[in-house]
Amino acid sequence: MAIVFQRPHALKEKPLHYCPGCTHGIVHRLVAEVIDELGIEGITIGVSPVGCAYNNYEYFECDMVQAAHGRAPAVATGIKRVHPDKVVFTYQGDGDLAAIGTAEIIHAANRGEKITTIFINNAIYGMTSGQMAPTTLEGQVTTTTPFGRKPELHGYPVRVCEMISTLGGAVFVERVSVCDIKNINNTKRAIKKAFQVQMAGKGFSLVEVLSTCPTNWGLDPVEALQWLKDNMEPFYRLGNFKGKDLEV
Amino acid sequence: MGEKLLMKGNEVIAEAAIRAGCRYYFGYPITPQTEIMHYIAKKFPSIGGTFIQAESEVAAINMVYGAAAAGARVMTSSSSPGISLKQEGLSYIAGAELPAVIVNIVRCGPGLGGILPSQGDYFQAVKGGGHGDYKMVVLAPSSIQELYELTVEAFNIADRYRIAVMIMGDGTLGQMMETVEFRDREEIEEADKSWAVTGTRMEREHNVITSIYIDPEVLEDLNNRLQAKYRIIEQREVRVETYNCDGADIIVSAFGTVARIVKNVIRMAEKEGIRVGLIRPITLWPFPTETFRKYAEVPAAFLSVELNAGQMVEDVRLAVNGKREVYFYGRTGGMIPTQKEILDKIREIYKNSR
Repeated sequence: MAIVFQRPHALKEKPLHYCPGCTHGIVHRLVAEVIDELGIEGITIGVSPVGCAYNNYEYFECDMVQAAHGRAPAVATGIKRVHPDKVVFTYQGDGDLAAIGTAEIIHAANRGEKITTIFINNAIYGMTSGQMAPTTLEGQVTTTTPFGRKPELHGYPVRVCEMISTLGGAVFVERVSVCDIKNINNTKRAIKKAFQVQMAGKGFSLVEVLSTCPTNWGLDPVEALQWLKDNMEPFYRLGNFKGKDLEV
Repeated sequence: MGEKLLMKGNEVIAEAAIRAGCRYYFGYPITPQTEIMHYIAKKFPSIGGTFIQAESEVAAINMVYGAAAAGARVMTSSSSPGISLKQEGLSYIAGAELPAVIVNIVRCGPGLGGILPSQGDYFQAVKGGGHGDYKMVVLAPSSIQELYELTVEAFNIADRYRIAVMIMGDGTLGQMMETVEFRDREEIEEADKSWAVTGTRMEREHNVITSIYIDPEVLEDLNNRLQAKYRIIEQREVRVETYNCDGADIIVSAFGTVARIVKNVIRMAEKEGIRVGLIRPITLWPFPTETFRKYAEVPAAFLSVELNAGQMVEDVRLAVNGKREVYFYGRTGGMIPTQKEILDKIREIYKNSR
């Protein structure tokens, strides 16, 4: 009998610690499937962030390094420069990448570091319990914007892909979503391409994944997916920003 | 010994690092140590080294963290305000037990302070400038020759114990020129780096470099392991110079370039019939406590001379443990104590102690 579905080898057999309905698990699985399909588990080194995914080194079978908050791109730079023949990725949330780690991501991208960043944008801080993120939408209620995010007080949501794609060293930049099966499949395609871009030595690649945080959004998992579609997708345009036709 | 050259301190650090097998350097410009970076930027391309002028000190120390995790010999350098920015990374390096060499060519503070020599970062270096219970080995050379030898040794110590080693000099040491005699070949200790992230090749369990342990028992185990390692380092790695201490009337403690001024003062005092000894800690951590204990009852009093408002003097007092009075003389702001100032202080202590 043919096996049609199984746990990717690159993902350890271990229950995830994420909340019910959280989409981190989906993205972890997609990254692991891509590592399997490219046959690169033995040469891949991942960098874990600070945030809900801080310990995703417990889930991936490849070598892993845990980084300080926001510093994953600098840590990945150090690793990749020592091992240019390895595949190095960072996995970062919106607080990690777009607030405290803004300098590190911008400059790693601009130097064209041959690393891949998986950027989870769920418009909120998860681990510290629902504070405003740089990507929190206008009007969105969080524990630090209890009356909604007001641009005149809190500034505007940051569009990371638009910003990163202006940089010379960034060669593949794409925003995707995990709101439904079609988009999940598309996310996997984008992640795979981002890894291939790195392996071809083209430069820096980033995939922004619009994700959910049912717990801190105060919604059930199904409502959360709908909220993502209705609120995040209109503001954070899905699609490729750079490197669509890059041959790898 | 081999080649003998007249070189600037900062350049000697860079040359020594290269000779010690360091091929990764990440840094951000700041006076008065930037010549280290200039030298490396020029030399690294021809020897296959990797130099990145990072976007910040924070990024630089995290590149060091990454390269060390990947198993490389790696160095960063900076001066006081930049070293403050690196404290986050240093704490993580300690927690993850990574070997790395950090150079601090100290300038005077606080704040942006000034660019002139200082020893005002002693507390930050030896008491753990970042969060949590941790230590770095801190080496304090006083000549260019010693700067060379200790820089090479710093890499060996870092690898031997999986620990950060700081070379702490003041602006004078970084900027002055002296002759340095290089060895033909360096003793580069082979270190086990089976813990490093190099890719599993599907041949071993994955390696994880981390400093986070949510389970309190596991985190206490890590802390206990770190402390046990620090106790071993305290036993094995203390370096100290003693000069003229037997039968001394007064023993002066000083490190780095200040110790050189004190040596001249010792000759001047001798002419006045005051026998002055010197204890010069070469490792600021581990501190040569035993040496101070050994001589604690020899002189009438101790005097610590420093380019700060009184920092190492606290460790001298702890070591002397009340057996003798421990005085302090220091200058701040980039001012250097003159021989006469120190001699006057010695005369005063000598007079009062009789």
